[in-house]
Amino acid sequence: MVDTLLKVEHLNKAYGTKQVLHDINFSVTPGSVTVLLGPSGSGKSTLIRCLNGLEEFQSGQLSFEDQPIKPTPKTWQQLRQKIGMVFQSYDLFPNLTVIDNILLGPLKVQKRSKTEALKQATQLLKEVDLTDYADAFPRQLSGGQKQRIAIVRALALNPEFMLFDEVTASLDPEMVRGVLEVMLNLAKRKMTMLVVTHEMNFAQQIADNVLFLEDGAILEQTPGKQFFTQPQTDRAREFLDSMAF
Amino acid sequence: MSWTVIQQSLPIFEKAFWLTLKLSCYGIIGASLLGLFASFIRYFQIPVAKQLVNVYIELSRNTPLLIQLFFIYYAFPEIGLKIPAETSGIIGLIFLGGSYMAEAFSGGLDGVPKVQIESGKAIGLSNLQLARYVIFPQGLALSVPAIAANVIFLIKETSIFTVIAIPELTNTALDQIGMYYHTDESLFVLVIGYAIILIPLSLILTWLERRARYGTFGH
Ligand SMILES: Nc1ncnc2c1ncn2[C@@H]1O[C@H](COP(=O)(O)OP(=O)(O)OP(=O)(O)O)[C@@H](O)[C@H]1O
Ligand SMILES: [Mg+2]
Repeated sequence: MVDTLLKVEHLNKAYGTKQVLHDINFSVTPGSVTVLLGPSGSGKSTLIRCLNGLEEFQSGQLSFEDQPIKPTPKTWQQLRQKIGMVFQSYDLFPNLTVIDNILLGPLKVQKRSKTEALKQATQLLKEVDLTDYADAFPRQLSGGQKQRIAIVRALALNPEFMLFDEVTASLDPEMVRGVLEVMLNLAKRKMTMLVVTHEMNFAQQIADNVLFLEDGAILEQTPGKQFFTQPQTDRAREFLDSMAF
Repeated sequence: MSWTVIQQSLPIFEKAFWLTLKLSCYGIIGASLLGLFASFIRYFQIPVAKQLVNVYIELSRNTPLLIQLFFIYYAFPEIGLKIPAETSGIIGLIFLGGSYMAEAFSGGLDGVPKVQIESGKAIGLSNLQLARYVIFPQGLALSVPAIAANVIFLIKETSIFTVIAIPELTNTALDQIGMYYHTDESLFVLVIGYAIILIPLSLILTWLERRARYGTFGH
């Protein structure tokens, strides 16, 4: 097993002339949960999107499992089977049933057998408590249910790394718990994850490491336990205060 | 207005009615296929073909059907290409409608939300798979209202076939008026003829729009 699953070195990203990520460096060890925190507009989404090739960047080197990533469309398409991502908006394909949403990747991208993929999908659906919804369309699901399915859809590819960008931010408060529980369970099973969230209690509960981002730069990289009780920078302390934490 | 006159002219109008319907059907089906094809070429940005499609669309949208029909029916024989009137009409309708349909399909494809495309990429779909399973099904559903408007538009355009003497509804009415001066009666039957086609059709299309929308997006 590799010591670092993902390594980011000197990553710089600009939209036009506006630099939004400044010399980002960090690495993620297998089985760990990294929580990415920072004020709105600090570049969290941009950073997370760079990590599965949805955003191009100007300079820097990403490595996955000790292999440098050559940032071409082809490489990213391959790598996305190993790096799953769930977005803030409920992004299931509305034209497909729940089970077809889940099976699309395993069957079409990974060309796995239908029986085997279906077996796994059924098991995953059971774990998120949505067995009865296999043949439903996304429109028949609540926001929270859709997000759990979106997580299952990503997991069905057997990824080694999961990216979550504020997956509970658009949910009604009573839906949040269920989605967070799914993520906590994943953490328990040592899924490597990078999580952007505004749920501070959840962040504290799940974080092995915290990256604190402000204005596109990492101000602090601290073990989770330490960050929430003794942040090293004033900015991080102010941020925690502003989150009423 | 005389009912006897109307009754007497009904058989000939009935023939015209079916002809209008038939030519419209061929034209609409052909235009849809052409439009779909053109919108795919645009979507995949296929070099050369893409430029050809753009030229075609400009040409088709910026010339009246009247002129297009004159070209097909009167100018083509000059270069040895004799095409019967009805076929000319269908070709004209396809040439005109293809660009409108292409714009309608392209509009639908462009309307698919970016996050849908990104979620497709995020599960490793190739561009072709993304198009096939995510973008086309949703884009086509989104384009249904524009397609429906084009269908109605193309049926109405068949009235211009009268300039190449195809005996469809309008041509028949003008004939009746020209020959027998039955102006009121002929115009009355003409309006009824179009209404019988267009009113039920537009109801069906509205229903279809709602279904396509609900079936794909759930609202
Ligand atoms: N497509 C874009 N074009 C130009 N600028 C952009 C684009 N996307 C984001 N930005 C800018 O980049 C910066 C970082 O945005 P980003 O969305 O990554 O922040 P964030 O930390 O995720 O914020 P939030 O907590 O509100 O989601 C912001 O200043 C934003 O305005
Ligand atoms: Mg964001």
